[in-house]
Amino acid sequence: MLTLLGVAVVVLGFAARFNPLLVVVVAALVTGLAAGLPPLEVLATLGKAFNENRFVTVALLVLPVIGVAERAGLQERAKMLIARFQGVSVGPLLVVYLLFRQLTAAVGLISIAGQAQTVRPLIAPMAEAAAEARTDELPEPSRMRIRAFAAATDNVGAFFGEDIFLAIGSILLMVGFLATDGIVIEPLRLSMWAIPTAVAAFLIHGSRLLLLDRSLRSRGERAAS
Amino acid sequence: MISLQFVYVLTGLMFAAFAVLSAGDRANPKRFGNAAFWALVALSFLAGDRLGDLGNGFLVVGLALIAGFGQLGRGAPATTSPEERRILAGRFGEKLFVPALTLPVVLLIGVLVLKPLQVAGHPLIDPKQATLVSLAFATLVAVALALVLLRQPVISPLQEGRRLMDIVGWAALLPQLLAALGAVFALAGVGKVIGDLVTTYLPTDTRAAAVAVYCLGMALFTVMMGNAFAAFPVLTAGVGLPILIHRFGGNPAAVAAIGMLSGFCGTLMTPLAANFNLVPPALLELPDRYAVIKAQIPTGLALLLANMVLMYVLAFR
Repeated sequence: MLTLLGVAVVVLGFAARFNPLLVVVVAALVTGLAAGLPPLEVLATLGKAFNENRFVTVALLVLPVIGVAERAGLQERAKMLIARFQGVSVGPLLVVYLLFRQLTAAVGLISIAGQAQTVRPLIAPMAEAAAEARTDELPEPSRMRIRAFAAATDNVGAFFGEDIFLAIGSILLMVGFLATDGIVIEPLRLSMWAIPTAVAAFLIHGSRLLLLDRSLRSRGERAAS
Repeated sequence: MISLQFVYVLTGLMFAAFAVLSAGDRANPKRFGNAAFWALVALSFLAGDRLGDLGNGFLVVGLALIAGFGQLGRGAPATTSPEERRILAGRFGEKLFVPALTLPVVLLIGVLVLKPLQVAGHPLIDPKQATLVSLAFATLVAVALALVLLRQPVISPLQEGRRLMDIVGWAALLPQLLAALGAVFALAGVGKVIGDLVTTYLPTDTRAAAVAVYCLGMALFTVMMGNAFAAFPVLTAGVGLPILIHRFGGNPAAVAAIGMLSGFCGTLMTPLAANFNLVPPALLELPDRYAVIKAQIPTGLALLLANMVLMYVLAFR
């Protein structure tokens, strides 16, 4: 049971909003101590795994590209583009992005979109502009809410699209794990069973996006009157 | 063969440039904190394999201390004003989308065309790392295109990259560090303890209860570990295989697939999945670091319920 102390450190540290990097290092040391491991061995394990997981951080290579394009007015252009379509509001815009993300992820194109390369420079500004077109002034909390929903939509679309693709890590993990129990399964059968959940995800999150539209509109009307 | 090493060197050089530029940024009162932080990251990418396990451990502690004691500020490289950007946006028009759209296009070319390519009997790029190597190519091509098409200063990719990197700040390294924490958890056997708790104390004597325990367990375990992959072997060995599949005769493919997706519902609701849930609020400059998680929780809970119903109905026919 003491082994779970590290998990408790993470939960409490994150809840108290201490710096997460510090929380994680402390959690690692506490977990190791509780399991009776010497601190230097824990530190070496942490360092080794940190080094082996460097590929996780490589995605930030796109920041210079996005930065230069923003310097030349990319976000402003994305807003102008959406302003041309007077009828588009936030909800349907994000529903279309959700569908796009799910469909492309389902055929293995998980890396063609993402938080840094599409949400920040394109999707979030477009969603904000779509809302601005309908109210004279977009209140700051509404603007933040729209941005958070843009990011959430990217995650939901990616998570519940990628498992339909055969060669994704989670499918391979399931095939491998079931094989150790003597159950041999074609990856295609697993990815087929991801379709009902993908449809449910689209319906649930899509409805919430349409409801977001409605709540923004009623708030805007209240502000206008 | 072009391998992950090439990608790491490129990333390391980028962080090294951020460190140098940060040190010279007098507009940032904490400029030496930023410089030291990005220099440590650069060191990790350029020489991580030569530091030794303990050396890397101390590097991690260094990063945590700089961030934990508030020594990271926000650089202010000279950039265009919002007014100038509106004018530029009108002048450049749709050309502005070209660099951002180049990224997926080159990435696809890399994975579809370059990956199978052989030069003198050897693959041109490491097939196992084709996506990351292609991503590195894609950024180089896109940066070059952005400089030429949008006529920006040559230093601007590094200065603007630094501006965005300072906005993300410590959150940039959190996903990698959490992955490392997973290794310590595995060494200490945290997963097994949680799995034993779930399987010992929760009821699994009816089909409905077993489905609920498996799906909720996957989600809860994922929330605590930050990763559905860590949850799957534990919960499937404890509940999925012995009870749902062997005792109640569930279809293994449906049980496993929907179980994994229940874990993904947990991923939507945990700060430990930092690259999905904590980096975006930083990137989007949201004041509440948990704003994206809060936007996702209702979807996560409703979808978890849907998964339980789907498994109950579809897996036992």
